[in-house]
Amino acid sequence: MRVIRACRELEIPSVAVYSDADRVALHVLKADEAYPIGGAAAAESYLNLEKILNVAKRCGADAIHPGYGFLSENAKFAQACADARIKFIGPSPPSMEMLGSKTRARQEMENAGVPVVPGTSRGLESVQQAKDVAAKIGYPVMLKAAAGGGGKGMRRVGAAKELQAALEAAQGEAQRAFGDGELYLEKAILNPRHIEMQVLADEHGNTVYLGERECSIQRRHQKVLEEAPSPLVDLDMRRRMGEVAVRVAKAARYWNAGTIEFLVDQEKNFYFLEMNTRLQVEHPVTELITGLDLVELQIRIAAGERLPFRQEDVLIRGHAIECRIYAEDPDNNYFPSPGTITMLLTPAGPGIRLDSGVYEGWTVSIDYDPLLAKLVGYGQDRAQAVSRLVRALEELFVAGIKTNVGLFRRILGDGDFRSGKIDTGYLERLLGAEVGCEVASTERGGGKSEAANVAAVAAAVFAVLDATSKASSNGSGPADAGAGAGASSWKRTARVEGLM
Amino acid sequence: MIYNVTIEGTEYRLELDLAAGKWRCLLDGREVEMDAVLARPDVLSVVMEGNSYEIKRERIEADLRIWVGDRPYTVEVRDPRSLRGRKLRADHGNGARHLVAPMPGKVVRFLVGENSAVEAGQGVVVVEAMKMQNEIKSPKRGIVLKLAVAEGAAVNAGDVLAIVE
Repeated sequence: MRVIRACRELEIPSVAVYSDADRVALHVLKADEAYPIGGAAAAESYLNLEKILNVAKRCGADAIHPGYGFLSENAKFAQACADARIKFIGPSPPSMEMLGSKTRARQEMENAGVPVVPGTSRGLESVQQAKDVAAKIGYPVMLKAAAGGGGKGMRRVGAAKELQAALEAAQGEAQRAFGDGELYLEKAILNPRHIEMQVLADEHGNTVYLGERECSIQRRHQKVLEEAPSPLVDLDMRRRMGEVAVRVAKAARYWNAGTIEFLVDQEKNFYFLEMNTRLQVEHPVTELITGLDLVELQIRIAAGERLPFRQEDVLIRGHAIECRIYAEDPDNNYFPSPGTITMLLTPAGPGIRLDSGVYEGWTVSIDYDPLLAKLVGYGQDRAQAVSRLVRALEELFVAGIKTNVGLFRRILGDGDFRSGKIDTGYLERLLGAEVGCEVASTERGGGKSEAANVAAVAAAVFAVLDATSKASSNGSGPADAGAGAGASSWKRTARVEGLM
Repeated sequence: MIYNVTIEGTEYRLELDLAAGKWRCLLDGREVEMDAVLARPDVLSVVMEGNSYEIKRERIEADLRIWVGDRPYTVEVRDPRSLRGRKLRADHGNGARHLVAPMPGKVVRFLVGENSAVEAGQGVVVVEAMKMQNEIKSPKRGIVLKLAVAEGAAVNAGDVLAIVE
């Protein structure tokens, strides 16, 4: 959807591909052309290189934008596009290959003088080797999948006796998730921050950084809320991180948009973690503070254009925060909660951007990531961005499925968040404290509060209106049509009273 | 019309009449100045004692939720004249408990076998949906009487996965 919008603005016709589950998905409704590519399971459709390339050839596409999931970081797909003489909007296959293997990326970056977390830069060969390395750098350590991402195949190991079990579990998980069980090991950094740097490079050797994004608010290694700039990073640190990020991109002969992820320890030392060779989900916060359109620039770079600005032209202005609205059940450990969206009221107004992939009537399926929309607040400073988001969250209403909207109200109202005291353990701590809060809110609900009174009155009013519309429909045609007529007579009343 | 409304264990008695577009409202016997107009299906504008509220109604699973601002209230509305309104309370005593799938998905594996003892809160079965794995835990201490589906089976929300007694 984000890509289609950029195409529209550039007057480039867009082609959507869709699985059986996505026949009426928003991107299909909005694209100029749309082609089916198979079953709901991603392996049969969105991960199927041949089917996607066949569509591209058949419709005469010049280029493919891979989005930010599925095949977006797949070097084989990028190579297959090149072989079919279709431009892949992203980096070159060799860059992707080098950065796609976390172990190879670590080796290359060590050689390029980029700071990396102490650990192994090659795949682990045995439990004994892992034990030796861990003993040398000291526990706790992290096991990570070389092909990894999103926390899959990742384990924190506190002591030597846990290592073997963790190794086996992580290996199995990595094998299932990525088809590659290679693992490496690095020192676990205590309460780190996760801060990433956006870079943009053209195919003529020009590379710039566009400032950092603070992504420390995570659950199960999935980002939940991101902001730019980071409350931790000052001008000097931004310049140093940015220069390292550019060095990383150059070492990988990288072009197009990319993101260098860093772990930052409590002394503000930063270490290269990995480079994401695609547009990130959270790119809007960078767009808002730089005033740039990253997708448009991606397309222009892929078309062979030079970057239209230099590093010194990049100015950071204001503050942006993104909330990832997921179909998740907060009462059931934030487990995905699919279903049909029966009502969707969206926020608008100053400083609010909503990048949504859904609409009222859309059924969120169990087949894909349950991300519904990204709600982004922008302000002249962090406090204003927070106020605008809090206000927008009040305007946002999603009915029919459970969402994590309530979580953002809690985060944005939290004292530690407001003072910028966040690290990757922040959200687990906040949720851990939730039990006490729930008890408190139940106690409040026990008494007859003003809001509860209103809820009771409204519930009864709804019951009266239902009974009235049912009664009025009796004898006046089919029951379904009658209910609709009843509702619209109430709408008429609303209009009449609105005029008074 | 008279309705009994239950919100989080608290009972409210509502007497409502609508005549010529005007509401008369008694809340627990007390007269409340109130106007209510349906703005769109499931969205009600309530003006009560000078305060304006945008109220949304949501039906989710078996629950009826009324949203006042960003606060959801799970409500039960009963017409005291209607027998159907008198809901039978579920038996929360001892006995077998059914572990059901919270959503459609796939049974990845069972963490315990039939006839094994489980503690309250212990994981019994792992269900995968939307690429996420979730442990379904035993609600009570007891014995696993039955594993009702096979590993790898696709299940729908509400399907019984196991029985613990």
